[in-house]
Amino acid sequence: MTIVQNTPLVGTSLERLEDERFLSGRGQYVADVRKAGMLHAAILRSSVAHGRIVRIGLDAARALPGIHAIVTAADIPQPIPRIPLRLVPLPEFAPYHQPVIASAKVRYVGEPIAVVVADSRALAEDAIDLIEIEIDNLPPIGDRDVDASGSFLFEETGTNIALRYHTASGDPDGAFATADYTRRETFQIQRHTAAPMETRGLMAQWDESGPTLKLYGAAKVPYFNRRALAAMMNLPETSLELIEVDVGGGFGVRGEFYPEDYLIPFAARLVGKPVSWIEDRREHLMATNHSRDVGATVEIACTKDGTITGLRGEVFGDMGAYIRTNGGVVPTAAGMFLQGPYRIANVDITVLALMTNKTPVGTYRGPGRFEANFFRERLLDMAAADLGIDPAEFRRINLIREDELPYSIGKRAPHLPDAVYDTGDYHAAFERCLTEIDWTGKAAVQGRLIDGRYHGVGIASFVESGGAGPKETSRFVLEKDGMVTIAVGSSMLGQGLETTFSQIASDALNIPVSAFRIDHGSTARLADGLGSYHGRSIIVGGSAVLDGAEKFRTAVIEAAANLLGRPNAELRFENGAVVSDAGASISLSQIAASRRPDDGLLSVDGIFLVNKPTYSYGTHAAYVAVDPDTGRVEVLDYVAVEDVGRAINPMIVSGQAIGALVQGLGGVFLDHLIYDEQCQLLTASFADYLMPTATDFPSLRSVALELRLSPTNPLGAKSAGEGGMVPVAAAVGNAVGAALQSCGAQPRTLPLSPSKVWSLIHEPAATAP
Amino acid sequence: MKLPDLDYIRPGTLQETIDLLVAYEGEAKLVAGGQSLMPMLAFRLLAPKILIDISRLPGLNAIDIGPDGVRLGALTTWRDIERHAALKTAHPLLAAAIAHVAHYQIRNRGTVGGSLAHSDPASEFPALVTTCDADVVVHGAGGERVVKGSEFVLGAMTTSLEPDEMITGIRFPAWPAARRWGFEEFARRRGDFAMAAAVVFYDLDAGGRAADPHIGIIGEPERAVRLAAVEDLLTGRVIDRDVIAEARAIGEQAAQTSDDIHTPAKYRKALIGTMIERALMTAAGLELRPVAA
Repeated sequence: MTIVQNTPLVGTSLERLEDERFLSGRGQYVADVRKAGMLHAAILRSSVAHGRIVRIGLDAARALPGIHAIVTAADIPQPIPRIPLRLVPLPEFAPYHQPVIASAKVRYVGEPIAVVVADSRALAEDAIDLIEIEIDNLPPIGDRDVDASGSFLFEETGTNIALRYHTASGDPDGAFATADYTRRETFQIQRHTAAPMETRGLMAQWDESGPTLKLYGAAKVPYFNRRALAAMMNLPETSLELIEVDVGGGFGVRGEFYPEDYLIPFAARLVGKPVSWIEDRREHLMATNHSRDVGATVEIACTKDGTITGLRGEVFGDMGAYIRTNGGVVPTAAGMFLQGPYRIANVDITVLALMTNKTPVGTYRGPGRFEANFFRERLLDMAAADLGIDPAEFRRINLIREDELPYSIGKRAPHLPDAVYDTGDYHAAFERCLTEIDWTGKAAVQGRLIDGRYHGVGIASFVESGGAGPKETSRFVLEKDGMVTIAVGSSMLGQGLETTFSQIASDALNIPVSAFRIDHGSTARLADGLGSYHGRSIIVGGSAVLDGAEKFRTAVIEAAANLLGRPNAELRFENGAVVSDAGASISLSQIAASRRPDDGLLSVDGIFLVNKPTYSYGTHAAYVAVDPDTGRVEVLDYVAVEDVGRAINPMIVSGQAIGALVQGLGGVFLDHLIYDEQCQLLTASFADYLMPTATDFPSLRSVALELRLSPTNPLGAKSAGEGGMVPVAAAVGNAVGAALQSCGAQPRTLPLSPSKVWSLIHEPAATAP
Repeated sequence: MKLPDLDYIRPGTLQETIDLLVAYEGEAKLVAGGQSLMPMLAFRLLAPKILIDISRLPGLNAIDIGPDGVRLGALTTWRDIERHAALKTAHPLLAAAIAHVAHYQIRNRGTVGGSLAHSDPASEFPALVTTCDADVVVHGAGGERVVKGSEFVLGAMTTSLEPDEMITGIRFPAWPAARRWGFEEFARRRGDFAMAAAVVFYDLDAGGRAADPHIGIIGEPERAVRLAAVEDLLTGRVIDRDVIAEARAIGEQAAQTSDDIHTPAKYRKALIGTMIERALMTAAGLELRPVAA
């Protein structure tokens, strides 16, 4: 094979290698996985938000032809397994872990009560309609004042507040006591979630000779889920193989351990046949993690000249009915990122996790950050206006300067070490964004009524962490045909990792991307992997690929040294072959072919260990026009500037940013999981749960900067997938506030639906805090 | 969200269809485009015994333009209307309003007869039928009858169709070339069901005054309605900004709205006023938004 490659691929916009598969219809999703004799499952979910199960009558359903099994809590080994926490496993959360199926009580609409396995999904749904279920209703908990009614989700705890902690740095009380100016405001981000295009799904197939299980449909964190499921089923981890197929979007919600991850394998084993369960959209909206739903009361203290001297925040997260795998990440992160990229010496943060009779909450792209940035940046604009300081100037005064980095904001949660912002030029990214949006020129339109609409520009700066440790692994295998398979512990959720990992490996080994095959398909390939979340796949996973590539080069040279009879020191790896100073050469395929059968394939393991996150940062600016008669907000221009450290593939980085912006704008204007007073979910279809479509936000721009490398990893990369999301509510909220300054309207809650914006303009008394 | 078990039949003629409707005594559902029916079946909101597929019945998808007006066969799709060049002058309001119906995929399959029979209060087509005084041609066991557009829709998803009847066509009265008209709609996203809309048209008398104004709105909970108070106001008046402002205020007052999860009643009332104002501005050829000084 002739291989010549001299230009580095890292940093180039290589077309995505996976796209040909997707665009030509060869993607394979979990609903495409079909096995002989496969049955279909449907799940009876509670239609009551809070109640005691009195009776489940299965006779009529069982009598229906084509029904193979109906599983309820009575069939599950006792005690009923509960889903462990993957992140923030604080002991306070122990009473609130979710059992895989409801037994005595139901605690949210959508909680699994029974699993029906039938010849077809339609038949399974017929049987569900025949199940008689009697539930004694209990008062549902839905408000923020969770302990007011004396009704408790978990009676034994005597409270619906699962967690409360407090952290502080400096002397916040002193700062507020002596401040020239203070302002206190309450904000709320509505419950919404990712709702990826493909819903969840699983296909479980047992081989009782092991016994071994193949479970298709894993994503995000398959190794954690394998460990959890093995423990629940009392089997060694090696008996379970979790298989990742293509997925139609993850965004944090897909791939976590859900009740179905136990129930479907359990049901498949019970019936002795493969069982497929494909979540439908109605189920998805009530069963898959919800997110956001964080409020905060935030108070700022400043000097007259605009120096922020103190920040207080009480952050309350509505966790829903159980603490699922993500633990308290959402409200914890909201507390952690409340300070943002500003120099504030005196900070006081309290975080509460509240239990309610709603679908449990998990992480969704930019968890806690979307919320925290909205709270803080809205308050900054209000303070700047009160002090008569230009909002940009106010931020310039307080943004951390490069010579102050690394900057520690201290310990922001009991389970976390001090958070230390690493590298960056926050001011440079900020000024770049102002230039892009033409902040100075836009002063002429700020708050003006132009052609019947109020125009406004808003800005918001952020810093956010990514690249969680502690490790990721990779395995390089030289296949018989000379191809190199790279097995990775990262999970593919649409981020283009097949491409970017190949780019990294290609540069490290100087062979073209076509020589690699990225294998993420199965937990059988590696001993462990941490998966894809927290913007970690390039930072940690990519660094593990880099490490594996370097070790692979050494191993190949070692193998060639034996074959060529030359010392290692005389050999170089070049153009896909090992060459000696004297001119001898042996290609990868020749090395592969020369392996003795007992040796197996040449393979090496890569690993990357890291104990610090990266901190990416930037500024967004939104330019909007608000129609006062309809309340419609049009986004006329939007600029997102972020320092990603290093962009492995700028096109992919840009695509990630634009996608995140659209999702963020959905969260600002559309997405809303609405519950009534009985904690019934009112938005269980896409007719009521509104998401942005391709035509809604056409005017978005992203600018990815590579100002300062991250010191935590050899690639110098910082998280790039979530920064597009985190300050969107903040920037748009500020733009709408600026546009409506003549009416004194201040967005404090989302979504900025037309009716809410109309109300801000026309019913100021009704919308005042 | 899978359909319950049901039978399916595709009759070849109108008579066979009517015979099936009679035989199933209200337990059959007609399906043409299926754009509302199939989701309702999947949600198991409906459980008919049989679906009678009328999508291939002959002669029901014609668009006929004549001196008496426009006749749409019941199986006419939104796309058929959109792509019909002559309709743009023969009935410009119809063509303009239909552009707001849902999305491409739905417009390819959805039919006018299906929309009218379904009669979602937020749909454009029943509002057009009501506002334009169209006639609805209905076939049943007793033969053909014609229902006045204003009497066809009785309430939300309720019509005057008998169980053995089906819509075969809709006849819109002739549209004078000089007629002034406007259509304005507000929805959360392009193609969503209207939160409010206004359908307006009037002719001009020799003095340039509005004659026989028709003002229909979407936004009431049961069905699209005409606002007589606004029509009375406009009759015989020159439609200028002042009159339009008055029409907006009266329309807002006259509209009966209720809350839904996306639309508080008070906001919807105001929105209806705004839609009336904007549709009338279009009809009168006035600039909607005065340019800022």
